[in-house]
Amino acid sequence: MALYTININNKEHQVDVDPDTPLLWVLRDHVELVGTKFGCGIGQCGACTIHFDGVATRSCLLPVSAVGDTKITTIEGLSENGDHPVQKSWIKFDVPQCGYCQAGQMMNAASLLKQNPSPSDEDIENAMNGNICRCGTYVRIKAAIKDAAQQA
Amino acid sequence: MTLINTKHNRRSFLKASALAGGGMMLGFSWLTSCKPTPEQLKAMPEEWFDINAFLKIGDNGIVTIMSPNPEIGQNVKTSMPMIVAEELDVEWKDVVVEQAGLDTKNYRRQLAGGSQSIRQGWQSLRMAGATARRMLMEAAAKQWNVPVGELKTAKGIISHSSGKEIGYGAIASAAASVEIPEKVELKGPKDFKIIGQPTKNVDGPKIIKGEPLFGIDYKKEGMLTAMMVHAPAFGMKIKSVDDSAAKAMPGITDVFTITTLPEGVEKQWSDVNAFTELVVVVGKNTWQVMKAKKALNIEWERDGKGESTEDYTKALVDLIENGKPGNNGRVDGDPEKAFSKAAKIIEQTYSAPFLAHNTMEPMNFFANVTADKAELTGPIQTPEYLRKTVSAVLGMPEDNVSIMMTRMGGGFGRRLYGNFGVEAAVISQKVKAPIKLIYTREDDMTQGTYRPAYEMKYRAALDENNELIGFHVRGAGIHGSSVFANRFPAGTVDNYLADSFSLDSSISTGAWRAPRSNFTGFAEQAFLDEVAEAAGKDPIDFRLSLFDKAIQNPVGEKNDYDPERYAGVLKLVKEKSNWGQEIPGVSRGVSAYYCHNSYVAQVIDVIMQDGEPRIKKVWCAIDCGIVINPEGAINQIEGGIIDGIGHAMYSAMTFDKGTPDQSNFNQYRLIRHREAPLEIETFFVQNGIDPTGLGEPSLPPVAAALANALYAATGERVTKQPFKAHFNNKATAL
Repeated sequence: MALYTININNKEHQVDVDPDTPLLWVLRDHVELVGTKFGCGIGQCGACTIHFDGVATRSCLLPVSAVGDTKITTIEGLSENGDHPVQKSWIKFDVPQCGYCQAGQMMNAASLLKQNPSPSDEDIENAMNGNICRCGTYVRIKAAIKDAAQQA
Repeated sequence: MTLINTKHNRRSFLKASALAGGGMMLGFSWLTSCKPTPEQLKAMPEEWFDINAFLKIGDNGIVTIMSPNPEIGQNVKTSMPMIVAEELDVEWKDVVVEQAGLDTKNYRRQLAGGSQSIRQGWQSLRMAGATARRMLMEAAAKQWNVPVGELKTAKGIISHSSGKEIGYGAIASAAASVEIPEKVELKGPKDFKIIGQPTKNVDGPKIIKGEPLFGIDYKKEGMLTAMMVHAPAFGMKIKSVDDSAAKAMPGITDVFTITTLPEGVEKQWSDVNAFTELVVVVGKNTWQVMKAKKALNIEWERDGKGESTEDYTKALVDLIENGKPGNNGRVDGDPEKAFSKAAKIIEQTYSAPFLAHNTMEPMNFFANVTADKAELTGPIQTPEYLRKTVSAVLGMPEDNVSIMMTRMGGGFGRRLYGNFGVEAAVISQKVKAPIKLIYTREDDMTQGTYRPAYEMKYRAALDENNELIGFHVRGAGIHGSSVFANRFPAGTVDNYLADSFSLDSSISTGAWRAPRSNFTGFAEQAFLDEVAEAAGKDPIDFRLSLFDKAIQNPVGEKNDYDPERYAGVLKLVKEKSNWGQEIPGVSRGVSAYYCHNSYVAQVIDVIMQDGEPRIKKVWCAIDCGIVINPEGAINQIEGGIIDGIGHAMYSAMTFDKGTPDQSNFNQYRLIRHREAPLEIETFFVQNGIDPTGLGEPSLPPVAAALANALYAATGERVTKQPFKAHFNNKATAL
């Protein structure tokens, strides 16, 4: 066990965990932020996507010891009131079915729009290809991302 | 307007309520268990009045409607309360929805499965709303001393011709003591204001903010984390366990072996789990438990069959080729004679692999078992059956076992089988502490309860005029075939024969979204495309001519579909897709299927890019009666289509001597963004018929529409799932 101070959603958190603990489990077990989801544990499904210095990153593969003072953003910190353009478009297009993968989808979408404010269909497909939605909301996700791009 | 009987006096209403679904409110508040926000607290009424088991009304007019059925993403938490709100005559914005816990005294069929939540709840949900509305009106009539017949309601307000008005909230306390009316009026569909309106998912705002909603998010003070290890192969059991290294690891509180279904425990239909002997690791946090699991040294030994994919595939093929007719058959006319005099015989064999459910939220459950009670919370499609098994295994009366359902990160049938809930209860009882059991993806994917592997062989006989005179289907599957002997094309062919064969296996199987139909829809509709082609007919016209026969002169009496509604969706999709038009580079396929009391027809437009198919558009026509919430309904239909395409194209579970070859998403392919259709358009048949299934029916036909479009594009029939292997082989050959 070791002590780490990490900046999550602009707030410092001190945690006492094994150095190899993936950030995902630090968030879920130690910081009470459970919006970031466990899906596969091997970086294949994208349910655990967070922002690592603003860039979409799989938290299930990121050991807490590698975080340092890099700013972490989770779905809970994407916006103050759930009004990030991506969140608003997700509601507008009523995207979620079961909803489990959607935090990861939205975090990845927000990161995409930050780097590429007006993505083409192909850009969206390529950027989002690592996020699995088992319910099959892909068509709505794409529509919501295009809509969010218009808003921003 | 319909007048329905509520079963007269209060006593008999309550008695009837156990069956029909009325009764008193359950004392549970989801809001309080989830730490309400200050805004939510401000909006909370000072006092609540329970009108019946489905709803309560606050003194400020806020209506809380209970959603009795488990929410697996099929959106019943929105659509079921919409039905109550409609008959209650309130505005949807004034409604708060709560998830009810398991309460068999007040609700019936708290089960998510078979696309039946809305269909079975339709009348009782309407009655609950209409009865409450009537009681509120009677209370107002008494207060104003006017006949109840002179009152009207709208938007949660009762008004009288004299100009008097009162809100539901202000009269709710008086209404709670009104005698239950003998009869209540139901609205006619033309008066619906909420039903039929596109309505957003009630949990949407929480989902987009990542609020705790799912079983895996559930927490309780002092809770420990538990994980389990099951045998690596079907047909294997534990020989010895060396847990010394695991036990010594930091944060680990306990390692032990459990048996979840001991000898003598009465099994429910939902207890299909193959692995009942498990090694359990309990600790303070998830990562430490995961690491300790890997430090276990377990020796396994064989105690049953350990089959490989080639073994059962060969056995299934042998059954459809050589098996003596099974017990699921149907014979019309003289099939043998029809085939012997046929001008043309068309024959094709179809196959599909085992599939895992792969809900994105892996199996998990919370349990807190003490000396005299067990509290369970988690994602379960069948809470009633879980309680029966938990009660039997713990040796505790059912009344002492409570089950709260959380939102589920997908179901697809997997959470019909609640072994993970039983395991959580056994573990909690053993460690005498509240625990949450979590599966890793590998635990989840290799644990069984799979969609079975299937083989199906079809034969069709055409006479010299290309009329279909004989039809023969033989199906074989693990733990049961996928043949529905009395479904289309039964009833449309004079000489018809259906045979079923079942193969036993140590690999456990279960219901997977649209059970059996998920394969039969493909095989049957892909085959009909071949038959239509052999007959020289347009595939839609060919099917329509068969339905004409079933309408005018049906063969047999047990045909379990309505040919007019079946033909209706085909005609609708034909019109909407502008069937027959030629677009350069675009190939089309069509398919239609009936299941879960609903009718679906689909057309798929495919383009080929670098030898790989891309779906340009899916046109879907569906007849599922009255649509409660078109927004949610369209989402379900799109999901079923993408699910059906994805599994037909990419997914398979295979085995080597009982060991699954796939254990995570790097080996098991699920459809991804780049492979999804570019567009899906859905059309509902508007007929005012009571609602039928919606969560499953769009899945079964879609693989056939795709296979038929692929044939149009490539000239080759794909008959084996997953189709991707067909394209892979091609690439290798090139």
